[in-house]
Amino acid sequence: MTIHEFLSPPAESARRTGPHDRIVMSSRVRLARNLRSTAFPGWAKKAERVRALETIRPAVESLPQLVGAFSESMDNLGLLDKQILVERHLISREHAAKNAGSGLVLNKEESLCVMINEEDHLRMQALRPGLQLKQAWIAIDQVDTELERRLDYAFSPELGYLTACPTNLGTGIRVSAMLHLPGLVLAEQINQIIQSVNKLGLAVRGLYGEGTEALGNVFQVSNQMTLGEVEMDIVERLNKVLLQIIEHEENARAMLLEKKPKIVFNFIGRAYGILANAHSITSKETMNQLSLMRLGIDLGEFPTANRALIDELFVITQPAHLQKRYTEKLAAEERDVLRADMLRERLRTVSRPNPKVPGQGGGALDKRN
Amino acid sequence: MLCMFCKQNPAKVHLTQIVGDKIQKVDLCEECAKQKGVNDPAGFSLADLLLGLGASQEMAQSTGGEDIKCPNCGFTQADFKKAGRLGCSQCYVTFADGLEGLLKSMHKGTKHIGKAPLAMRQTRDLSERLKQLQKKLDKAVTSEDFETAANLRDEIKVTKDQLEHPAPAKT
Repeated sequence: MTIHEFLSPPAESARRTGPHDRIVMSSRVRLARNLRSTAFPGWAKKAERVRALETIRPAVESLPQLVGAFSESMDNLGLLDKQILVERHLISREHAAKNAGSGLVLNKEESLCVMINEEDHLRMQALRPGLQLKQAWIAIDQVDTELERRLDYAFSPELGYLTACPTNLGTGIRVSAMLHLPGLVLAEQINQIIQSVNKLGLAVRGLYGEGTEALGNVFQVSNQMTLGEVEMDIVERLNKVLLQIIEHEENARAMLLEKKPKIVFNFIGRAYGILANAHSITSKETMNQLSLMRLGIDLGEFPTANRALIDELFVITQPAHLQKRYTEKLAAEERDVLRADMLRERLRTVSRPNPKVPGQGGGALDKRN
Repeated sequence: MLCMFCKQNPAKVHLTQIVGDKIQKVDLCEECAKQKGVNDPAGFSLADLLLGLGASQEMAQSTGGEDIKCPNCGFTQADFKKAGRLGCSQCYVTFADGLEGLLKSMHKGTKHIGKAPLAMRQTRDLSERLKQLQKKLDKAVTSEDFETAANLRDEIKVTKDQLEHPAPAKT
């Protein structure tokens, strides 16, 4: 079975729901593990990497949690398939660049994904929709406990699990969540939030785009320190911070609606206008406009649409997903046209936004403050 | 100001990161910034970057400038400076002195207190128990409670046996 046949259609994965999924798109816990005395993948010669893969892959495949999973060596995956996996956030860009000697094991629900010979011998992650960090940790902890009986882990009583990069040393844990924060961005509070979250030893980065830009107002928050703290404490600390960010986002939305409704409605109305009518659109603009439409749905402006539609479009309008629908290689400009065609088609049944102006008729100008 | 990495070109990219009460700063030329992936936020962490610098300097100091080589995988400090990653799990022993300060600046603590593999967990518990028993024994001896001391000595012996010959882990 090819990876393409194995992956759920985006329409289906976009329908998965979880707590707080208005704002938290997904939760993830990743553990880094390595084999004792075997050179880390970045330093090992190819033969040694292949040997490590041959040891690790059957052990991972034999896990009860991964019965019927998709398992493949990275050199058997095409460039486009790898890119699709990246766009689905199932593997890292670094892993997509790997070939012989690296592997991937992924379960049907896309809730467990093991990268073999990425930066470490094992990078295993549990994914959940919405805010479910604790559940994700419990799931990956169980996988790890099963695996430790089958593999000889590099572990030191002093330093914990030994990783290729000392930034992951100890627990090897990276707890993260993907957040949609258009309210904080529009209210220009996002930098303040990022700074205060940074001060707590957590990292915030834009999920899409390069440099400091955060396309689609999607941010990823994760822990940075992995040594000297118990896993559950790290999970709970991040969870607490996320609950606060959710509250700030909701407050920012409420504040914007009360003080600057026209600005908000203008953004959302224009986003709909462009997405539903454009004949050529880049993936960057698509992402930014979809984010605003997603906000519009949260605010009840599109009674005939749901969030799953937007989340699906977030995925299928990205370059590799778009390319996959066509056999011939598309140039960027051709993709922009086809992307716009797809968006117009999918948004045909979504009626124009219907903003509910609080307290007054639609004519008033925004209050200045 | 010169780039911290190549020490040749003028530094044009300046990064500051505050974690807790620690401030970390890096100054790079455009070339090195690009090479280190500073423009790609998904793949970039300042800690990783500093790692290549701070650690190799510290390592160099701790060895008096001599280049040590990992006996298991042949990895050297020069390699670490280049990659910012270690060669194998044994490298943590080989480069232990140089890594200590780095870990302190990067993490909450320098000792792992989280999850451990089952066999290790048993060892950890047994060593802890042994320490407690030894303390009790010292106390009993001091207070000339020889009956308790004798019991404790037996217990210590059993615990030591368990530590030296651990029950095989379930498979």
